[in-house]
Amino acid sequence: MISYILRRLVAAVILLLVVTAVTFGIFFLLPRLAGQTADQLAQQYIGKSPTPADVAMVKHNLGLDQPVYLQYWHFIKGIVTGAEYNLGPTTAHCDAPCFGYSFKNHVAVWPELTDRIPITLSLAVGAAVIWLVAGVTVGVVSALKPGSFFDRSFMGVALAGVSLPIFFTGQLALLLFTYQWPIFGRTYVPLTTNPAQWANTLFPAWCSLALLYSAIYARLTRSGMLETMNEDFIRTARAKGLPERTVVARHGLRAALTPIITVFGMDLGLLLGGALITERVFSLHGIGEYAVQAINDNDLPPVLGVTLLAAFFVVLCNLLVDLLYAAADPRVRLS
Amino acid sequence: MTELSKTGAAVGEPVAEGPSKPPTAFLEVRDLKVHFPTDDGLVKSVDGLSFKLERGKTLSIVGESGSGKSVTSLAIMGLHRLGARGKNVKMSGEIWLDGKELIGAAPDDVRRLRGRDMAMIFQDPLSAMHPYYTVGNQIVEAYRVHNNVSKKVARTRAVELLDRVGIPEPAKRVDSYPHEFSGGMRQRAMIAMSLANNPQLLIADEPTTALDVTVQAQILDLIRDLQKEFESAVVLITHDLGVVAEIADQVLVMYGGRCVERGPVEQIFAEPQHPYTWGLLGSMPRIDREQTERLVPVKGQPPSLINVPSGCAFHPRCPYADLPKGGITRTQRPELQEVGGDHFSACHLSPEDRTRIWTEEIAPKL
Repeated sequence: MISYILRRLVAAVILLLVVTAVTFGIFFLLPRLAGQTADQLAQQYIGKSPTPADVAMVKHNLGLDQPVYLQYWHFIKGIVTGAEYNLGPTTAHCDAPCFGYSFKNHVAVWPELTDRIPITLSLAVGAAVIWLVAGVTVGVVSALKPGSFFDRSFMGVALAGVSLPIFFTGQLALLLFTYQWPIFGRTYVPLTTNPAQWANTLFPAWCSLALLYSAIYARLTRSGMLETMNEDFIRTARAKGLPERTVVARHGLRAALTPIITVFGMDLGLLLGGALITERVFSLHGIGEYAVQAINDNDLPPVLGVTLLAAFFVVLCNLLVDLLYAAADPRVRLS
Repeated sequence: MTELSKTGAAVGEPVAEGPSKPPTAFLEVRDLKVHFPTDDGLVKSVDGLSFKLERGKTLSIVGESGSGKSVTSLAIMGLHRLGARGKNVKMSGEIWLDGKELIGAAPDDVRRLRGRDMAMIFQDPLSAMHPYYTVGNQIVEAYRVHNNVSKKVARTRAVELLDRVGIPEPAKRVDSYPHEFSGGMRQRAMIAMSLANNPQLLIADEPTTALDVTVQAQILDLIRDLQKEFESAVVLITHDLGVVAEIADQVLVMYGGRCVERGPVEQIFAEPQHPYTWGLLGSMPRIDREQTERLVPVKGQPPSLINVPSGCAFHPRCPYADLPKGGITRTQRPELQEVGGDHFSACHLSPEDRTRIWTEEIAPKL
């Protein structure tokens, strides 16, 4: 068990290295293959009409005059040991884990990320709880009476939920419940400051995001339950004389939910890397928003930071899923 | 239950109409019909089945796939009505268990009998046991539904049951999962689970089909021993006549949802009175005969349960269908008629024809 986790963690570190290498490669090699020089790259980060001396200085300060593999090495080294950054007139020390300084506005990346992680985390986890509870409940009830009025109407709503984009449902929720009838708050408040306010502000965002996912989960749960309730072991459970509620909960749901763990872990992992559209619509300054801004600015260190963070969450959630799965299904052996 | 026939258990004459008549046997099924409406039409899985069974006796229901054997057993257990499709099932007739009628009973009353007074052993113990719970857990659950005892007491009971069905080191194995057992051990565990509450009626639906031959014999021995110990009535569903010969007191042959022949096991093997039974016997390998000829399968396909053939359902496959005069086999459904002590057959062939065909054509080839 422990050796399994250790092996998975080593594999995760290697994977993260590969992810950063690929991100590096895309950022530097592709423009270079397209004919862009380091000078042209550096010019993006200076004001209008720079002198050649300015360009040379910026190029040097950002490390763009070094070979790509050295820049990569400095980046990785910075994460582990911290690094010194030359910001022109001054030098700044950046403690480990150092994800570098923004090329554009010379701000350290790591504090930006740590400021934004709680927001993205709040959004993702809150929505996940709602969609898991709503999706599974609807799925189970639908599966127990397939073809009933309830089943049909909820599956219809689910279909609509999957089809409606978040920039539609989100705007609608904002328009109605934040502006027309101001039930919910407009500005994000950290959980630690005021939990009620925190939940109040995030609620429309949670629901918009959850609508999208709960539709998928309702369908997943429904089909899983339909299949499970036809299993032989359900017949056995009934033959024992168990009340139907016990049969459904302890025997049916238990087996139907296990595969959902996998999907849930992956979805949550992806969301923790930033829910771009939702964050934009609800003006939440999370990871996703940061990523969009960094990409617009062609700002490598934040892009790398966000990519690495997102990849880390995906890897972490996958590991947790595998551990949970092994705990839930005794037939699965970790090796 | 006061009146036992000579064989002890029996398959009585077709039961007269009217629900008022009290049952005379421990298990009595009267004119049982189980129909499933589908998009293609009404599937008449069981269409008018009657039989009786006493405590301590074994009734074997035989027939090919789709003849209604399993549907009958699930109907007795009241399992058809449960679940999403339960509402669609149309059931009629009467099932009397120890003086209680089950078809008209409240679902919750039947549930309380299930697993306590009547229990079931299923065909494939791997799929019939829950993969996520230990064997012990599943037995504990079966015991605690009907007994208000602590988990500890129930666990002791589970170990005791596993020991009784011959599982080595039961105190250790009680914490194993079904997939950690071998096929035979799993079936033993399944039997232990069904015996948790000393049921008076044990229904075994092809309990040995998924097992290899040596294990089959052990499982059958086990069922027989337990039956003696607890004086339970056993309904054994099988398509294996070898198993029937070994364990049954009474045999009921089903075809197309109806009983075509029933009687004491000796008579069914010595003087079968229905061409379908002959076919089944002819398709059974026998070690005491020289293998000069190939096994003869029953020709043709099992009948559709939606459009059951007119007249005798077996007539399209019956080599003797043209023997009775006037095409009666195609127009009129044969009723069960007594052909000997406690022995019934539903066939239009005259008794003379049947005796002649059996002694001259069929028996010598077996």
